[in-house]
Amino acid sequence: MTGRFRIPGGLVDRTQPIGFSFNGRELSGLQGDTLASALLANGQRLVGRSFKYHRPRGILSAGPEEPNALVQLHRGARLEPNTKATVTELFAGLAATSQNHLGSLDFDLLAVNDLLSPFLTAGFYYKTFMWPKSFWEKVYEPLIRSSAGLGRLSGEADPDHYDKGFLHCDLLVIGAGPAGLSAALAAGESGARVILADEDFVMGGRLNSETHAVNGQPGHEWAARTVAELAEMETVRLMPRTTVFGAFDHGIYGVLERRRDHLPPLADGSSDSRQPRQILWHIYTKRAILASGSIERPIAFTNNDRPGIMLAGAVRAYANRFGVACGQRVAVFTNNDDGWRTAADLQDKDIDIAAVVDTRSLPDGPPIHLNARVPIHAGEEVVDTRGRRGITKLVLASGKRVRADCLAVSGGWNPSIHLSSHHGGRPVWNDNIAGFVPGERHPPNLSVAGAAGGSLTLGSAFREGTAQAAAVLDSLGYPPSRRPVPEASDEPAAISAFWHVRESRGRAWIDFQNDVTDKDVRLSHREGYRSVEHLKRYTTLGMSTDQGKTANVNGLAAMAKLSGRTIPETGTTVFRPPWTPVAIAAFAGRSRGRDFRPVRLTPSHRWAEEQGAVFVETGSWLRAQWFPRPGEHGWRQSVDREVRTTRNTAGFCDVTTLGKIDIKGTDAGTFLDRVYTGTFSTLPIGRVRYGLMLREDGIAYDDGTTARLGESHYLMTTTTANAVLVFRQLEFARQCLWPDLDVHLVSVTDGWAQFSVAGPHSRDLLRTIIDPQHDISNAAFPFMACSELTVCGGCAARLFRISFSGELAYELAVPARFGDSMIRRIAQSGLAFDAVPYGTEALGVMRIEKGHASGNELDGQTTALNLGLSAMVSTKKDFIGMTLAKRPELNRKDAVRLMGFIPVDRAAPLAAGAHFLARDADPTTENDQGWMSSAAHSPILGHDIGIGFIERGHERVGEIVRAWDAVRGRDTDVEIVSPHFLDPKGDRLRG
Amino acid sequence: MIINHPLLGPRDAAEFVHLGDAAMIDRPDWQAKDAAEAFHDYLYLRDNPAGTYRELWYHEQGDRSWLVVIRDTITHDIKNVELARDHARRRGRSR
Repeated sequence: MTGRFRIPGGLVDRTQPIGFSFNGRELSGLQGDTLASALLANGQRLVGRSFKYHRPRGILSAGPEEPNALVQLHRGARLEPNTKATVTELFAGLAATSQNHLGSLDFDLLAVNDLLSPFLTAGFYYKTFMWPKSFWEKVYEPLIRSSAGLGRLSGEADPDHYDKGFLHCDLLVIGAGPAGLSAALAAGESGARVILADEDFVMGGRLNSETHAVNGQPGHEWAARTVAELAEMETVRLMPRTTVFGAFDHGIYGVLERRRDHLPPLADGSSDSRQPRQILWHIYTKRAILASGSIERPIAFTNNDRPGIMLAGAVRAYANRFGVACGQRVAVFTNNDDGWRTAADLQDKDIDIAAVVDTRSLPDGPPIHLNARVPIHAGEEVVDTRGRRGITKLVLASGKRVRADCLAVSGGWNPSIHLSSHHGGRPVWNDNIAGFVPGERHPPNLSVAGAAGGSLTLGSAFREGTAQAAAVLDSLGYPPSRRPVPEASDEPAAISAFWHVRESRGRAWIDFQNDVTDKDVRLSHREGYRSVEHLKRYTTLGMSTDQGKTANVNGLAAMAKLSGRTIPETGTTVFRPPWTPVAIAAFAGRSRGRDFRPVRLTPSHRWAEEQGAVFVETGSWLRAQWFPRPGEHGWRQSVDREVRTTRNTAGFCDVTTLGKIDIKGTDAGTFLDRVYTGTFSTLPIGRVRYGLMLREDGIAYDDGTTARLGESHYLMTTTTANAVLVFRQLEFARQCLWPDLDVHLVSVTDGWAQFSVAGPHSRDLLRTIIDPQHDISNAAFPFMACSELTVCGGCAARLFRISFSGELAYELAVPARFGDSMIRRIAQSGLAFDAVPYGTEALGVMRIEKGHASGNELDGQTTALNLGLSAMVSTKKDFIGMTLAKRPELNRKDAVRLMGFIPVDRAAPLAAGAHFLARDADPTTENDQGWMSSAAHSPILGHDIGIGFIERGHERVGEIVRAWDAVRGRDTDVEIVSPHFLDPKGDRLRG
Repeated sequence: MIINHPLLGPRDAAEFVHLGDAAMIDRPDWQAKDAAEAFHDYLYLRDNPAGTYRELWYHEQGDRSWLVVIRDTITHDIKNVELARDHARRRGRSR
């Protein structure tokens, strides 16, 4: 036997017992159970403690609306809090624990909060933790943090895998209940590409939980047969265990498929351990039908939150689908005909019905006839209940007490309209069902069928599902379906709105998950928080994991009553995605850890790895930072050696990461004149020029060199960081600003491997690589020359005589596929010239020694004037940024200038970020004169150097100022010098 | 969102980069008397309509076309998509 509350019937497999545990207790359920049905079958009614008052709570529902039965699943890194027991498919070895209690579930020490409830009403935090101010950080916040929240995280990385996918269809049917199944059937039969998604693991919706007949057979059998038929259709894709959580723009739906949540967790490293646990699908649809059904709502009365008090439809579902009796003596409290079905179905299963209490006077007698022995209380209300850890008695308004261990409550059904308002549409009130139905502004091409649209009977679900499918087929040009509408009766579904038992004297719960009672709504009203948005935020009504699926309408009704308005006058909040919570891991998919984004490797990467290089991330690139040699301790030793060797003999470095843009066309020169501050149309063929780009607001944007390779052919380089952005900007200029210029752009960053070869021996080194017919002597190939030539016996290459280091230097480019060969060739040839590879650190040191601006200087706040590049800015032509660069504020006399800085005490360290102050000035914003943007240790000069911006710096050479660095706690006297620390006349690079 | 690219057909918005107001096309004349004011307005003043908006999208993960998209900012309904180059020419831009 799998539990003393198991009764015959249901869609569970009695031959397949499944062992699982709850709070360490070993229990047994059946194949086809949810965790909730298995717990109920075992008589486990108490499953958790409430959020605020730590009240004992049991299972309320049988679906995704569950506010109470939130449990933690699994152990270790897979620990998963806030899982709804009502939608957790049971599997062998499932380990669940209850949450939100201090001590055991049965004796929760924080249950004292329930006694303090008069103080813990809405707005409690706002009013209580106000004073004294000093208490906030030390006392209140830790206190609140330790008692707030539901469940715990493991604190470890999620060991599972998640994936993303894209699907396309003619019709997405959301929900596989009677409306959804009949829609999918009609559309699929006509050949439309249909996706039918349902969050349950068995399709059929309420048909599996009811005893209705369809086409003369039991409803669940019809559903199973229909699902089997759909599975045979080639154009239909069935997606059980799949939640459509959001309706996005242009017919795109966000969908979560749970692939492995119903299976025991995989052992790490097992062959399947990379199988995705969940898949986040983007489904592109032409049409969609929302057939999401409806959710029953409770009625508010005193102590309506005890374990054993459940929704009537859920009690019926547990009996009919899962073969579980929720009690041995069940009472029903309803305001509508549907509640009576619970009494009728349970009675058919020989479960004792303690009473049916209907708020209506029922002048025409009961809507469904029950056994004459069942006591019927028409026009009566439940005003209170008894029972500490589960209901034992209910108290009626007349004072009569009824003994029962389960109370099935039905306050009517709310259509599940959430997806229909994801584009901002406001639901509208429907008096016939006393609930909200979808209003205007649906997502386009989404139609609604069945209970989701307020048609609560089975017959109408079939009619609407079939009709909506027919409309879809017609609009997409498919032949109409010949399938008749499945036959089912329209069962009685009358309702009289009834929300709240006014005779209740104690607290009546409206939102179970957030512990919001009728008293909180009254307080909110009294304190002026009367709009629905204020009500929600003041009381927390409708927040948290269930988003008020069972609470919102009751909360609105209570506020409407207090303010003397109707419910539609009171309003409703609209719904946003997601319909149910989606794990962040599913949104991340495979983009996590080292796969967070693609990593770009330079052509010399493998070789650099072989050399033992240390790598650094620069944007999405991995670049060699330095190349340690045996015996070197710490990065400084390696970097100093790389700099010294490069300056004394030769060094080489992979500079492929710089952006390279190939520019062709008869107007290429004109185009460059308009995007650079300088003039490029006059650049001779075979020459390179340094270029500065501004933003349209006049601030410096990017810099680099551009080479003219032919009459109408240029090659631009950009900084590594801005390669993508500059290309985008150039395309904008080309297509949007000057659409008739004859100019074409191609990004060739990845097409060419490029290596800097620098140092006094660099020319001799290159002579061993470049084919001998090419003359690269200083006379034939001077500073700023460029040429297309061949290397290694005929391999196409490009050579540029440009220098970032300040040495005699070249950049040699070969097609990227030869990059690995070329670095090896340079390294090998370099042995004879004492050449060393250098990384980004040495590159940085040498450019600071030379006073070259880089990302730290082109920081989005500096102008050409600040950078000392005014001479490069033409005043005779239009270019981007030209007009606004002339603004007076950008050209103040006291503007900061890029200067060099050396410590007066040569042993003192310098660091970027320090601010400059006059020697005797206080460190205040008013006294701030500028900042150090880059600093390094110069192995050539033997002390630290820095470059940075300081007011009127060019007039202050030789002055001593303070470099005040509060972050590092330093205050250093520095001397203002030229930013060109080394070879200011440029003899080396021209040599 | 799906943008109906005039050359490539319907493409997911994730392939595009969004720049904003298509008024960025109307770059003022640098030699005009009021060039400074005109550039100020061009660069800093934007409409922020609740409704129809003409905006620039760049098909960066695609063919690198700049597009002018007319989109309703309330419903995200896209009423028209054309190559920015064509739009720019109609606005009098050439060389």
